This record gives sequence, structure tokens and C-alpha cells, in this order.
Amino acid sequence: MEHALDITLTVNGVEVGRRVAPRTHLVDFLRDELGLTGSHIGCEHGVCGACTVRVDGDIVRGCLMLAVQADGCKVETVEGLSDSKELARLQKSFHEKNALQCGFCTPGMLMAAQDLVRQKRKCTREEIREHISGNYCRCTGYQAIVDAIDEVVNG
Amino acid sequence: MKAPSFAYAKPRTLAEALELLARHGEGARILAGGQSLVPSLNMRLSAPEILVDITGLPGLGKIEVTGKSVKVGALVTHAQIEKSADIRRHVPLLAQAVAHIAHAAIRNRGTLGGSLALADPAAEYPACAVALDAVFTIASGRGERRVKATEFFKGLFETDLKAGEILTAAEFPSGGKSAFLELTRRHGDYAIIGLAVHESRFVFFNAGATPVFAVNASKEKSLEKAKAALMKELDPPADLYNTSATKLHLAGVLLERAWNTLSTSH
Repeated sequence: MEHALDITLTVNGVEVGRRVAPRTHLVDFLRDELGLTGSHIGCEHGVCGACTVRVDGDIVRGCLMLAVQADGCKVETVEGLSDSKELARLQKSFHEKNALQCGFCTPGMLMAAQDLVRQKRKCTREEIREHISGNYCRCTGYQAIVDAIDEVVNG
Repeated sequence: MKAPSFAYAKPRTLAEALELLARHGEGARILAGGQSLVPSLNMRLSAPEILVDITGLPGLGKIEVTGKSVKVGALVTHAQIEKSADIRRHVPLLAQAVAHIAHAAIRNRGTLGGSLALADPAAEYPACAVALDAVFTIASGRGERRVKATEFFKGLFETDLKAGEILTAAEFPSGGKSAFLELTRRHGDYAIIGLAVHESRFVFFNAGATPVFAVNASKEKSLEKAKAALMKELDPPADLYNTSATKLHLAGVLLERAWNTLSTSH
């Protein structure tokens, strides 16, 4: 592996160390090295939001961050937030409101939506739409997704 | 859509970063937030030998209010600007602009310095910097120099930055009336056309290769005359969806909205 570097980071509470090529994106690292395939790869240039993960508490695009940049960071993925039940209310609401069809965008949607939920404030539907404006859904449309987030944020 | 192979270094001091840039010359690219550089690597529009990650450099991530100006470090992220009470109070133009930049996940990583150094003609900060008559600080092995924003943007993705230099901060004047408007197809998209105004400086973006300071329109005292002057001095390039004439019309719409906002605000 050309130019490989050693990195150590915490992923979903577990410390991991690996040797990675600098060109490896964080989302590829999570999927291919750690088998965490919940974060999806859509556009690979920062447009679709399917690869949204949390780094040191803030959501980021997993395809616009290199794994080497996450050295020393605390990374959380949809698997971690699902296991810890942090996403439980959103997951229930997405289910009840039928806010997914193929499900490809759902992990990224949940990560982006939870970022809004964590702000602990009431939001208008317009603000919800703005907050998920960087996450594309190509099958259900956004109405049900906004309904599901609205239920958790304002319910 | 995977980036080509490159080496990576994360220097801990400015001297070390400058040394790396000097050693690798044109083969080195500076990596800050990476929100424009990484997509360009993914699409293989760029193939550097080495990325010099400057996010470990001390002192470049601060917002400092100093008397008549506000100094914003190059590594300050869009999210930091968005959350800063100092920016809202002293440089409201930046506070208004930041909400238009991409999406939350991108604002968490993208930086002020990265946006200015890239000089995308559709980006918000370069136009704000020209409207505010900001001054940039640039470091190199030869020391530090200061450049006015009005002299920094040279062409399409082209700036006054020379190989081996790092943009370290931007200083914005404190106070004054401002307005920021942009038209997009969807929230967070690149602007079809946009306008940053500070005092009586009207600066359009995505209206040319660099931010376009509408000098003649800015001098006029009535809206009608300003619009007439703008129609003569602005010649925005067409894009995939909008003709030059459409964009010019929209520039007039933004001018009118900004004019009305500024003349009714106190």
C-alpha cells in the first residue's frame, strides 16, 4: 500500500488501529476495513449525504473526509447510534410514517435528522427541510421523511 | 470515483508546513476542510503528489475581535462562523452568508481559508470579502504579507497565492450595514447568482470569473439609476440552465431587494 500510515481512532466506542492508504475515504475505511456497511456510498463527491457519519460529535460526509484525517477522532456510525438506542425514536417514526422505500438514503437521513433532534428545539417544516437538504432520497420523496422527523422534533 | 494515490503529511507547526510546501512545490496541495479538494480528488480532476494537512497548525482556528476589525483564522469552519455571536454582532454579512453554504455536514468541515483560497466564482465568502474590503494574511518562507481582497481574486479559481504560500487569516471591518442574497434551485446548491452588499459596495457572485464589484451601480443614489448602471456593467456568463440575460435580470432583482432591505433597515 503506497504511502500507508498508521491511524488509531474510536469507532462506536471501540478503539481501532489500522494501516491505511491516505487516499482511503473514511466511509470506505468504515465499510471495507471494519465491515460497518450501514453508512452508504452514493455519489462519492459530497452531494447525496448517504455516507453521513459523526466525527467528534459533528455530522460529516464520509466520502469527503480521508480516513487519515480521522486519526485520533471519535467516529460514530448508524450502527453505533442504533445499538445505543439514540436513534430509536427516529427509527420508530420513520417506520410508522413509511418514510423509506428502498432504504438506501435512510442511514444518512437518520444521522442528519438526529443532528437536528440533538439541538433540542422546535423546528418548522421548512427548517427540517433545510437541515436534510444535503440528503437525497430518490424513491419516497421527502414528505413522509419530513413527517417522521417532525414527529420526533416537535411531537 | 476513488481518489488517486498520494502521500499525506500533517505538520504541527507553520514552519514545518512551509518547508513541506517548498520541498514538494507544485506537487503539493494544501488540505484544510477538504470539502472542495476531496471531491476534486475523487473525480480525479486533481492528482497531487502530497497533501499537506494544515488542520494541525496552531492558532488558525480563532475568531478575534480587535478594535475596529475582526480577524478570522483560515481554519475557522463555516459552522464556527454560523455559531459565533461575535460574527453576528460585528460582521453580519458573513453571518447572513454562511447559512447559504452547502449543508450542515459540509459546514462542519469546510473552512473560511479553504473557500477563499479556492476562489470558486459561485462561492459566498469571496464576494463577502470584496464587499467588506477585507485584508488577507499570507505566510510563506519569506515571512508574512497582507493582500486586500480586491486584489486577491485574479481569475477563475485563480488567486494571488503563489506556490509555497498559505493563507492564514482574513480581517474584516467591524460594523456597517450589509445585505446578502442569493438565488438557488434548492437550498444549499451553488448560487445561480448572488449578491453581497456592505455599506454601498455591491458585489455579485457567479456573475463572472471572480467576485464582480458593480462599481457604477454602487455609486448611484437612486434604485432606478443603480439598476440601469448594473445592466450596463454586468455581463454574467450563462450556465447549463440560465442564459446570460436571465442571470442579468436576476442580478437586477437581487439589487432591488437588497436596496429595499438596506433603505428600510437601521
